[in-house]
Amino acid sequence: MARKILTVAVLAALAVLPPVFYLTGNAFYLDLATRLVILGIAAVSLNLILGFGGMISFGHAAFVGLGAYAVGIPAYHWLYYTAGDWAVSGLAQIPIAVAVTALFALLTGLICLRTRGVYFIMITMAFAQMVYYLIVSIEEYGGDDGLVIDTRSQLPFLDLDDPLQLYGLAYVSLLVAMGLVAMIVKSRFGMVIQGAKGNDERMRTLGFNTYAYRLTAYVISGAMCGYAGALLGNFTTFISPEMMDWTRSGELMFMVILGGAGTVLGPVLGATVFIVLEEVLSSITIHWHLPFGLMLIAVVLFVRGGLMGLFAVLFGGRK
Amino acid sequence: MTRIATLALLASVASTAVLANEAKIGFVTTLTTGAAVIGNDMKNAVDLAIEHLDGKAGDTTIEVIFGDDGFAPETGKQVTDKLVKQDDVDFVAGYIWSHVLLASRKTVLDADKFLISANAGPSQIAGKLCDPNFFSTSWQNDQTPMAMGEVLNRQGVKSLYVMAPNYAAGKDMVAGVERTFEGEIVGKDLTKWGADAQLDFSAELAKAKASGADGIFVFYPGAAGGAFIRQYDQAGLKDTLPLYSVFTVDALSLPKLEEADFQAVLGSRTTQQWDPTLDNAANQKFVTDFKAKYGTYPSYYAAQSYDAIMLIASAIEAVGGDMDDKDGLRAALKAADFDSVRGEFSFGTNNMPVQDFYLREVVTDDDGTWTTKVVETVYDNAVDPYAADCKMK
Amino acid sequence: MDLTLFTIQLLNGLQLGLLLFLVASGLTLVFGILDFVNLAHASLYMLGAFICASFTLWLGNFVWGVLLALPVTALVGLVVERVVARPLYARDHLDQVLATFGLILVIDTAAQLIWGPAGIAVPLPDWLEGQVQIGAVTLPSFRLLIIGAGLMAAAGLFWLVNYTRLGMLIRAGASNRTMVSALGIDIQSLFALVFALGATLAGLAGMLIAPITEASIGMGNSVIITAFVVIIVGGIGSMKGAFIAALMIGLIDTLGRSFLDDIFKLVMSTEAAETSAPAISAMLIYIIMAAVLAFKPSGLFPPKVR
Repeated sequence: MARKILTVAVLAALAVLPPVFYLTGNAFYLDLATRLVILGIAAVSLNLILGFGGMISFGHAAFVGLGAYAVGIPAYHWLYYTAGDWAVSGLAQIPIAVAVTALFALLTGLICLRTRGVYFIMITMAFAQMVYYLIVSIEEYGGDDGLVIDTRSQLPFLDLDDPLQLYGLAYVSLLVAMGLVAMIVKSRFGMVIQGAKGNDERMRTLGFNTYAYRLTAYVISGAMCGYAGALLGNFTTFISPEMMDWTRSGELMFMVILGGAGTVLGPVLGATVFIVLEEVLSSITIHWHLPFGLMLIAVVLFVRGGLMGLFAVLFGGRK
Repeated sequence: MTRIATLALLASVASTAVLANEAKIGFVTTLTTGAAVIGNDMKNAVDLAIEHLDGKAGDTTIEVIFGDDGFAPETGKQVTDKLVKQDDVDFVAGYIWSHVLLASRKTVLDADKFLISANAGPSQIAGKLCDPNFFSTSWQNDQTPMAMGEVLNRQGVKSLYVMAPNYAAGKDMVAGVERTFEGEIVGKDLTKWGADAQLDFSAELAKAKASGADGIFVFYPGAAGGAFIRQYDQAGLKDTLPLYSVFTVDALSLPKLEEADFQAVLGSRTTQQWDPTLDNAANQKFVTDFKAKYGTYPSYYAAQSYDAIMLIASAIEAVGGDMDDKDGLRAALKAADFDSVRGEFSFGTNNMPVQDFYLREVVTDDDGTWTTKVVETVYDNAVDPYAADCKMK
Repeated sequence: MDLTLFTIQLLNGLQLGLLLFLVASGLTLVFGILDFVNLAHASLYMLGAFICASFTLWLGNFVWGVLLALPVTALVGLVVERVVARPLYARDHLDQVLATFGLILVIDTAAQLIWGPAGIAVPLPDWLEGQVQIGAVTLPSFRLLIIGAGLMAAAGLFWLVNYTRLGMLIRAGASNRTMVSALGIDIQSLFALVFALGATLAGLAGMLIAPITEASIGMGNSVIITAFVVIIVGGIGSMKGAFIAALMIGLIDTLGRSFLDDIFKLVMSTEAAETSAPAISAMLIYIIMAAVLAFKPSGLFPPKVR
C-alpha cells in the first residue's frame, strides 16, 4: 500500500512540477526533468534484466547511443544527401532505433549469455566499447566530434521542438515502459526469468530453456533502451560516442541500484535523485565528483536495497 | 561635456530603474579532469581581462559566469543550456574542444545570443554552419598545420612522418599539413584517443625511426604532448628526426618539461597565430601582468580568452550597454575594434579572424625559463580554407 | 616488414604486456582470493605514479622515489581495504562494482585537488636516459629496465605464490575460503595482506610508466578496462592465465598498431586501410576477449576449484 502511494506521488510530481517550472519561466528545469525521465526509461529497461533477471549489464549505454544514432544518421542523410522525408519521420526513425538495438542485443546476447557473473559484466562492457570505437572511427558521422541533429523526429500531432510536448512524450513513454515491465514481471515469462536468477539449474530441470528466456529478456531490455536513446537524441539534438562510454553504463547501473533493483519504481526514483543531486552538487562546486562518489559508496555500504529498501524499512510496516 | 555627463547620469538613473546596465558573459571551459590545466589558464586570462577593464565596459558592469564542460560534449551542452536558459547571459564564450562547441552551438544561436569561440575552430563552423552571431578569437583547425606544412617546404624537408590522435581534430591537423606540404609523407599513425587514450608511443616511434623520414610532425594536445616529447627524447631521435609540432608544445607543458629537464624540446618548432614575444603594447601588458599575477607565461589559450573578453567589452561599449541592440552588438563585434594581443586583425566573411601566422622556436629566456620566440612570419593575413563554403557575405 | 623493426616491436609489446601483468596480477589476486571486484584498482596505479613523482621531485632521484613510494602505496592499499573493501566482501559483485566506481570518482577528484590537474613529468637519472644497442636493435634503456623489473616482479610473485607458506595460504584461500579460516588462520589479516600486495603491484606499474607518460589524472581509467580484459581472458584468479593473457594482449595490441595498416593495404586501398586500421586496432583487445569468451566462457585458464 505504502509503496503504491509513493509510486503515485512520484509519478504525479513528475507530471505536474516540470510543466509548472516551464510556464513560470524556468525553462532549464523542464530540460532537467526531460533528461531525467528519458534516463529513467533507460534505467527501467536495465532493471528488467539486472534487477529481475540478475543479468548485470555493464554495457547498456551502447543501446542508448545506438538508439540516438538511429535518429541522427537518417536525419543527417536527409540534410546532406538525398534521403527522402521518411528519414526525418519519427515513424521511421523510432522503429529503426528499436530494431537496430534489438538486433544488436540479439547478436551480442547470443555470446554474452553463455557467460556468468563477472564474465557477463565484462563481456557486455567489451561489446559496448567495440561500438564506441566503431562510431569514433566513422568520420562521415562526425567520429568523436559527434553529430548535430538539426531536425527532430517529425511525428503526427506532436511537435518535438516544443519542450512541453517533448516532455509529454517522454513522460508517457516512461509510464508505458514501467507498465510493460510490471506486466512482464508478473507473466509466466517473467517468473521464469526471476526463477533463473535465483536457481538456473532448477528452472532447467523443470524443462525451461532458460537461455532462450534470458536472451528474450535481454533483447526486450535492449530495444527499450534503444527507444530511450532515440528520445535522448531528440532531446539533446546532439549525439556523440561519449554517450556510450563505460562510465555512462556505470551511471545507469547506479540509478537502478540507488533506487532499488528489482522494483518497478526504483529505477525512476534512482534517476530522479541522481539527476537532481548531480545538478545541485555541480552548481555548488566543480569538484562535485568527490561528494558524489562518497555518497555512492555510502549508499552501497549502508542502504541495502536502495531507496526503495530504505522506504520499506521506514514505512513498510504500516501496510 | 556637461551634456554628456548629464546624459550619462540620466542613463545610469534610467538603468538602475530597469537594471539594464549589466552585461553577462557565460564562459565555458574545462575545469575538471586533466584538461583543467587548459581551462584554468583560460579562466586566469579572463580574470585578468576583467581586472584590466576594471570590471566594466564603458558604464556597463560585466559579470562572467564560468561553466565546466568536464571535457565532454554532453556536459558542455548542459552547461551551455543552463547559462542561456537559467542565467540568461548575453554572450557565451570559451570552448576549448571542437566537439563541445559543435554540441553547444545550436542552444546559443537559437536563443539569439552571441557565441565567441576562444579556441575551438572546427571546419563546419567556419564553412557550412557559419552564423552571423558566431565569432572566433582563435583560428580554424586547418590553419596552424597548414602554416607548418609551409615551414617544412621552406626548410627543405622532403619526407615526413605524421602522428596524431585518431579523432576529428587530429584528422583535421593531418589534413591541414597534407594540404600544403609538398614532400612525401612516408608514414602516418593515428593513435587511440578518448577516455583510454594511448600514451605509450613506443611502437609508433620505432616505426617513425625506421622510416628514415627527414622530420616528424605531431599534434598531441594536453597531457599527451608531454608524454610524447618524453618518449621522443628517450628514443634519442632529436638529431635524426627533428620535431615539428602544432598545439603540442605550449606554455602549459613547458614548465613541466623544464622542471623534469627534458632538453629535447628546446629548439623544436611550432606554428601559431600568437606568441608572448609579439611586439605590441596590448601583448606586453598582457604577458607582463599575467606573469606577475600567476607566475607563468600565458599560453595561446589564455591569449585567445583575453582577446575574447576584450572583443566583447569593445562591443558592449560601442552600443552603450544596450544589450537589446543585437544589430549594433553584431556590427561592433564584426568591427573587432580593440587592441588584440596578436596585433591587428579583422574578421573574414565567416567571422573567423584574418590574421598572421608565425613560426616559433622553443628557447630559454633571460631568466632561464623555457618559452617560445618568433622566428619568422609564415602567413600574412591568412584566410581559412573553409571561408568559401560560408554563405554569409 | 623488416626483421629489426619487428624485433623492436616484439620488445615493445613485451614491455606493455609486463606492465599490464603488474596491474592485472593484483586484480586477479584480489578477485580470485577475496572474490572482490575492484574497479578502483587502477586508481592505486595512478596514486603510485603521483606519489612516486612527488618523491622523485623532492629527493631528485627516481630510484629513491620508487623505493619510498612502494611502502606508501601499500599503506594506501591497506586503508582502502579497511574502509571500503572489507565491508563489501560478503556482498554481491554488483555492490562492489558500484562502490569502487564511486571510489574512482573520489580518488580522481582528490588527486586533482592535491596535485593539480596538470600532471607531473618524472625525470630519470642520466644512466636511464640513453639508449641501449643490441645488434641492430636500439631500445631506450628505461624500457629495457621496465622489461627487467616486470620479469623480476613476475618471478617474485610466482615464487611467493608457489613456494612460500603465505603463497600456500593464498592458494588455499582461493579454492576454499572456509577451509583456511577453519585452520585457524587469521583470514582478515591474510586478506588485508593480499589487498596491499595487489595495490603495491599496481602502484609499481604506475611508477614505471610515469617517466614515460607522466603521472596524470585519470591515467588509471585507461588501464583498468584493459586489465580486466586481461584477467577475464586469462581466467579469474589464475596467475598463470593473467601472465599469458597480459603478454598476449600486450603483443597483439603493439603489433596491431604497428603492422595492421600494412597488412590491410594488401587487401584494400591505402585510404581505406589508413582509416580502418586504427579503428580495428583500438577494438582489437575487445574483439579478442569476446572471441575467447564465446568459446571458453570462463577464460583460458579457469581456476579448478571455486
